[in-house]
Amino acid sequence: MKIHIRNGRVVDPASGLDRIQDIYVAAGHIAGVGSAPADFHANQVIDATGLVVCPGLVDLAVRLREPGLEYMATLESEMHACAVGGVTSLACPPDTSPALDEPGLVEMLKFRAKHMPGPRVYPIGALTRQLKGERLTEMAELNEAGCVAFSQADAPLIDTQVLLRAMEYAKTFDLPIWLRPQDAHLARGGVAHDGVVAARLGLPAIPVPAETVALATILLLVRETGARVHLARLSSRAGIDMVRRAKHDGLPITCDVGVHHIHLSEMDTADFNAHCHLIPPLRSQRDRDAIRQGLADGTIDAICSDHAPVDDDAKEKPFQEAEPGATGVELLLPLTLKWAQEAGVPLIRALGFVTHRPAAILGIPGGRIGVGQAADLCLYDPDAHWLVSPSNLASLGKNSPFLGLEMQGRVHYTLIDGHLDFRRDGHRGHHHP
Amino acid sequence: MMAHPQLTEDGRLRHLLTLEGLPRRVLTQILDTAASFVPVAERDVKKVPLLRGKAIFNIFFENSTRTRTTFEIAAKRLSADIVNLNIDASSLSKGETLLDTVANLSAMQADMFIVRHAAAGAAHLIARHVAPHISVINAGDGRCAHPTQGLLDMYTLRHYKGEFHNLRVAIVGDILQSRVARSQIHALTTLGCPEVRVVAPKTLLPRDVESLGVHVYHKMEDGIRDVDAVLMLRLQNERMRGSRLPSAGEFFKHWGLTPAKLKLARPDAIVMHPGPMNRGVEIDSEVADGVQSVILAQVTFGIAVRMAVMSLLAGAGAQA
Amino acid sequence: MPTSLLPTPEQLIDQLARDIAPLLHDLGPGAAADDEWALVGIHTGGVWVMDALARRLGEELPQGVLDIAFYRDDFSRIGLHPQVKPSNIPFEVEGRRILLIDDVLYTGRTVRAAMNLLFDYGRPAVIRLAVLVDRGGRELPLCADYVGARITLRPDEHIALNRNHDGVGLHFDVQRRAGA
Repeated sequence: MKIHIRNGRVVDPASGLDRIQDIYVAAGHIAGVGSAPADFHANQVIDATGLVVCPGLVDLAVRLREPGLEYMATLESEMHACAVGGVTSLACPPDTSPALDEPGLVEMLKFRAKHMPGPRVYPIGALTRQLKGERLTEMAELNEAGCVAFSQADAPLIDTQVLLRAMEYAKTFDLPIWLRPQDAHLARGGVAHDGVVAARLGLPAIPVPAETVALATILLLVRETGARVHLARLSSRAGIDMVRRAKHDGLPITCDVGVHHIHLSEMDTADFNAHCHLIPPLRSQRDRDAIRQGLADGTIDAICSDHAPVDDDAKEKPFQEAEPGATGVELLLPLTLKWAQEAGVPLIRALGFVTHRPAAILGIPGGRIGVGQAADLCLYDPDAHWLVSPSNLASLGKNSPFLGLEMQGRVHYTLIDGHLDFRRDGHRGHHHP
Repeated sequence: MMAHPQLTEDGRLRHLLTLEGLPRRVLTQILDTAASFVPVAERDVKKVPLLRGKAIFNIFFENSTRTRTTFEIAAKRLSADIVNLNIDASSLSKGETLLDTVANLSAMQADMFIVRHAAAGAAHLIARHVAPHISVINAGDGRCAHPTQGLLDMYTLRHYKGEFHNLRVAIVGDILQSRVARSQIHALTTLGCPEVRVVAPKTLLPRDVESLGVHVYHKMEDGIRDVDAVLMLRLQNERMRGSRLPSAGEFFKHWGLTPAKLKLARPDAIVMHPGPMNRGVEIDSEVADGVQSVILAQVTFGIAVRMAVMSLLAGAGAQA
Repeated sequence: MPTSLLPTPEQLIDQLARDIAPLLHDLGPGAAADDEWALVGIHTGGVWVMDALARRLGEELPQGVLDIAFYRDDFSRIGLHPQVKPSNIPFEVEGRRILLIDDVLYTGRTVRAAMNLLFDYGRPAVIRLAVLVDRGGRELPLCADYVGARITLRPDEHIALNRNHDGVGLHFDVQRRAGA
């Protein structure tokens, strides 16, 4: 299958390329950028006039809900939703049922995902068995089965001795550990930021020190062990400040934020909107501003969707009883673009947070456009407006704080490994010559 | 901007979920209407035929015989038919959701739901999902709101102290976990009370509590000095597990209302408590039963206030 | 009589006072000496009429006030009246002779509600009804015992007793209902 993508604005954050050019795809790879390779005869031509052609997005947190949680969403539905959202590589956290703590489970997931259209799936293995925070998993075995990193997802790791040993053991194999910094005791029972809204509504609160105390512990243990640690879903100004200093000190850490946290704050929970019940909680506007600052100055390495499809029954509950999380994989691109526009960040830089930079955290080659690279591409219309509504979302999770709001920027084609895994119906310039 | 969740388009009360955001006009109307219901209780026949034929459901997901009874009496005095439902948490865990339960009850031709639930926002959620002719009264949701208690406290204050604009009021105790305190604070600030104080140890205060428009005191002796009213809160023993307080005894020593501490308030200050009281924990018996206590009057006024709320809601529902 | 010939409220109250005076002294057979009458005005116009009557009758009769807002039969159509006032009956109703007073008698529903309300205080021995104006149009089988004037109004016309701006005197307003 040879595809000729004609006349698109090619934006590749890794190389700094931003120019209207043609791209030539052959045998799953990018065969030419700008000029066609010799003897190239396209089977298919995509007219990308007016579209941005960027590397397929790399999303560091997509819950596919398999195995075990198919009542929320299925592998098929969420893989498709990823393609609709322009995501071509994803990391899935181990908080499935059972948790991804056995090589067999990981192999099965990879096998299933490989045989259906959609993105490349990089499982994050459980750091401890059943995510209980007690016994280490067979990390080396799990790594061989396909796990690229190890994490507790949102499960607590209370025992610091286990944490220290997990870091030491992971370091032995130079395996990265992903941790969401939250002190289980300080966060106990909480569902909302410990701020003005929780004070008004009486929602049980999670104070900022739940994040910073956990971060302090993690950073000290990183210093001690040299383990490679990725910090997932920072939420507070104080936390981001700590990471900034630690990076300055040369610690081998990276970090990400959820795309919702760039835009929303505790104020959005003031009407008990359960769609805004997220983990970590939406914090103050000051904290949100600090997240934006952290992106601007490079303290934060990546933006992820933290995709968590939840069925209506689990969401239509009082705020504190509702299942946390938001569907996000189809909003990752438009919400990143929205942030770039609001913050005056150049497009090429903004796209870096969802392409080559998360790819580097995952240790995978994707997220860039170049001859010889796998043809993972996202073609989107930067001017298209669309309404976030249940019928417009491909994910089985319709749980979004942005329901009813308009987004700008919509994916029209997603190529994964040179296959056109998603094509928006009704788009004009697509034909077979 | 979202439509106001509690008012009809023409500004009348549609649901009573929280006192936060309700205009002063509406609060005053409820208090004025309640004043007309107070004498009804002093007659031979303590009923009026206003809500004859209306079906009111007391839906209590969290057990509270006392609150349920006050609503029941109020409904009966309005000649409504009232049905009490204590919904065991286990029936919800059997797979029926909160909204299933509500849909089922709606199908029984209900006109009004009175809802008590352990989670903040439960009444809001139900109000968003009921049929247009059904009104919802929040009878307490988690730590969020207990609007009829807040209103009866305002009624009591106004009864004994007149208008709010020159009152100094102290709310003492577990502010953090108290829906009563939140409703009192919202009502007092809306009604124009210039100085609302909260008095508690730091473990019983929400962070950013000042953003509610209150002055924070940690020492009881400072907090109740020269106030016109002391609003004591119940110390929720059942919610006190953990590390918020070392003991009831130490709490009483520092924040319990004793005759000696009450002397620091104005000589004509009144003492209120939402009940049930923990004598010797937050309040000394001598104060609870003393001349400055209006705690029993609160109970009496509570019936009238709930009658007023139900009548206004049923009336607004009539035209909706 | 047509409304143009309607006397002033003060003239009608004078008339009513003269008609009522004998009633207060004729307690009927078997009455004890202390079986005095009580006046009960229906809020708001009836109370004004009661006050004016009481001044003319010159007797210290017990007076009560009824607000029938909680007894109206149109509640489920129009909701609660925005300015409810407490009813105040500062005497024992049980066995009492009561002169119920209102400004305008029309459908009879207000009087029905007022009597229901009175019975919730006790069982009166006798109730008599005095109105300033009877405008016809009854929907219930009721009639007044003492009437200041009988007038004829079109169904879309509305008569109301109002207080003068000086807060002392009373006057009638006749209005045509918009859209009726």
